[in-house]
Amino acid sequence: MRGHSQGGLLTVSLALARRALRNSFRRPQFLAPLVIFPSMFLAVNVGGLEQATRLPGFDSGGDGMLDFQLAAAITQSILLGGVGAGIAVGLEIQLGFFDRLVAAPIPRTAIVIGRMGATAGLSALQVTWFIAVGLIFGAEIDGGIGGLLVIYLIGITAGIGFGAIGQALALAAKDPSIVQGIFPIVFVILFVSSAFFPRGLLDPPASWVAEYNPLSYIAEGMRNPIIDAVDMTKVLEGLAAAAGTSAVFIGLALLALRGRLREA
Amino acid sequence: MPHAIEAEGLEREYKGGLKAVDGIDLAVEPGEVYGFLGPNGAGKTTTVRMLVTLLRPTGGVARVAGFDVAREPHEVRRRIGVALQEAALDQLMTGRELMELQATLHGIPAHEVRGRADDLIRRVGLSEAKDRRVQTYSGGMRRRLDLAMALIHRPEVLFLDEPTTGLDPVSRLTLWEEVRRLRDEGTTVFLTTQYLEEADQLADRVAIISSGKIVAEGTPAALKAQVGVPHLDVTFVERDGEPVDFDRAHEVLTNFGDHRPATEGCHVSIALSGGARDVAAVVRALDDAGLTVASLELVQPTLDDVFVEKTGRHLEGADEAAAATPAATADGSPESDAASRAVSAT
Repeated sequence: MRGHSQGGLLTVSLALARRALRNSFRRPQFLAPLVIFPSMFLAVNVGGLEQATRLPGFDSGGDGMLDFQLAAAITQSILLGGVGAGIAVGLEIQLGFFDRLVAAPIPRTAIVIGRMGATAGLSALQVTWFIAVGLIFGAEIDGGIGGLLVIYLIGITAGIGFGAIGQALALAAKDPSIVQGIFPIVFVILFVSSAFFPRGLLDPPASWVAEYNPLSYIAEGMRNPIIDAVDMTKVLEGLAAAAGTSAVFIGLALLALRGRLREA
Repeated sequence: MPHAIEAEGLEREYKGGLKAVDGIDLAVEPGEVYGFLGPNGAGKTTTVRMLVTLLRPTGGVARVAGFDVAREPHEVRRRIGVALQEAALDQLMTGRELMELQATLHGIPAHEVRGRADDLIRRVGLSEAKDRRVQTYSGGMRRRLDLAMALIHRPEVLFLDEPTTGLDPVSRLTLWEEVRRLRDEGTTVFLTTQYLEEADQLADRVAIISSGKIVAEGTPAALKAQVGVPHLDVTFVERDGEPVDFDRAHEVLTNFGDHRPATEGCHVSIALSGGARDVAAVVRALDDAGLTVASLELVQPTLDDVFVEKTGRHLEGADEAAAATPAATADGSPESDAASRAVSAT
C-alpha cells in the first residue's frame, strides 16, 4: 500500500534537532572552538587581570576574576555556537541536504525550529561545561540552585537567538564561508559589551555601544547569580535581552527561509 | 485513470531570459518507467526539480500523482520519492540513521520505522554497512542508499535524476535491477539519464530533450524504427583461392534490402528491410550461393541516431556510456544499443 503520510511539526523538529546535535559531536573541528577559545580567554583573563577586580567601580560582588569572567566565557561560547549553526546550515544548502528536507512533506518551519532545538541543547551543554570548569577552579554560584537555573535559562535562550542569527545569514547567503566570515565580528561585538569589563569602567564610545548592546545584558544577567544573590532586575533584563534577540532573529531566519523557498 | 505525471507547456525561465525548459508536454502512465534522455544542460534536472516541487515553473502546468506542483506542492511531496543527482546525503550520519530520519520526515509511525528501514537496506544490499557513516561509502553505495531512502514511504511516483552517472558498470547494473523490480511492483519511475543504454534498457518510453524542448518521444524501439532499419555488414573471404564474387553477393543481398548494397573492400553493407529476423535467411542464401562469409555484424539504429536526426548532433557521453556498459544484463534481457553492435561469426 502506498503511504501518503507526513511528518508533524513537533516530531520532525525533534528529529532534525537530534540529528543536528549529534552531528555537532561528529564534527570536532566545529565543536572544539566553542570550548577551547572561550576557555583560553577565561584562563588568560583570570590569570592576568585579577588585580582589575580591585579597581573602584569594578563590581565583582567581592568574588574574584574567575567568578566575574564565567558569564563572559559562556556568552562567547554560545555566540560561537551560533556561528557554527549557521555554517552547518550553509553546508546543508551547499551539499544538497537542504533540498532533501524541502522535497519532504514537512512543515517548513520545522527546518528552522529543529536547528534551534539543537542550538538550545548545545547551549545547555556549553553552560554546563563552563559552570563545571568554574566550580572546579574555585568559583561559587552565590545565587544557589535558583541562580544556576537562571544561568541556564538565559544561556539557552540567548543560544537559540545566536543560532537564529547564524541560520538567517546562512539561508540568505546560501554559503557557509560567508557565515564563517562573521566570526571576527562576533568578537568585536562581544568586546564592546560589558561581558569582559564592567560598563562603568568603559570609555566612550565603547560605553555607549555597551549600553545598547544586548550582549551586555545577557552577560550581566548570567553573571549576577554567580557573584551575588539573584537580583530580579538584572535577571529580567538579561532574559529580556536574550528573548528579544531570539525573537528578532528567529523572525529573520523564518523570513530568510521563506525567501529562499520563494526563490526556487 | 489519470496520468502519474502530466505537464502542458511547462517552462522555467531564469533571469536574463534563459529558458532552461521551454514548453514541454509530458504524459506518463501509472506504472511506467519513463526515460528522460538528453545531454548535460538540456533541461533534464530543471524539469525534475519542477516536478518534485523544488523549483517553481515560470509557465505551463504540471501535475504529479494528480496534484498540481505549483498549487498543491505538499500533496505532491507526500506521494513522491526523490533521488537527486548528487545523492545529497549527510556524510556524518550512518545509513540506518538516514533511513530512520527520512521515515520520520514522511510521518511513518515510530513502530514501523526500524522494520521498514531494515527491509530496504537489505533490499539494496547495504546491511553490512548500515551502521557505518556515509562518508565511508562508495559512490554506488551512496546511490543505493539514496534510492532506498526515496522508497521508505512507498511513493506512487519515483524520480531518479541521473542515478548512475559516474558509477562503475557493476554498480550501474545493480541499480538497473532495482529499477526493473520497482517497475514490476507497479511504481511509476521518472528517470533522467544521459546514457543511451540506460534509457534503452529501462524505459518503457523515452523522451529526448535538447535545449529545453522535447525533440522526440516514444518507445525505444519505435524511436529507433523512425531513423531506419538495421544494417547488416558482411565480410567475405575467398574460397579455395577463388576471388569473392561480389556481383553474386550483391545479387543475393539485394533481395533482403530496399537499396543496393554498399561495398568497401571485402565488406558489403545492406539495410535489412525485414530487420534482424532476416539474418538467418541471409546466411542461408549466401551459403546457397557458394559465398563464404567471414563475419556478420548487425548494426541496430541507436537512440543516439535518433538524437542526431532530431538535433543534428550526438549525445554527449554516448561513447563513454557505451564503453562503461556491460555487454549483457544480469537478467539476460536483450543487449543494449552499444552491445547490439555485436559480431557474430559464421
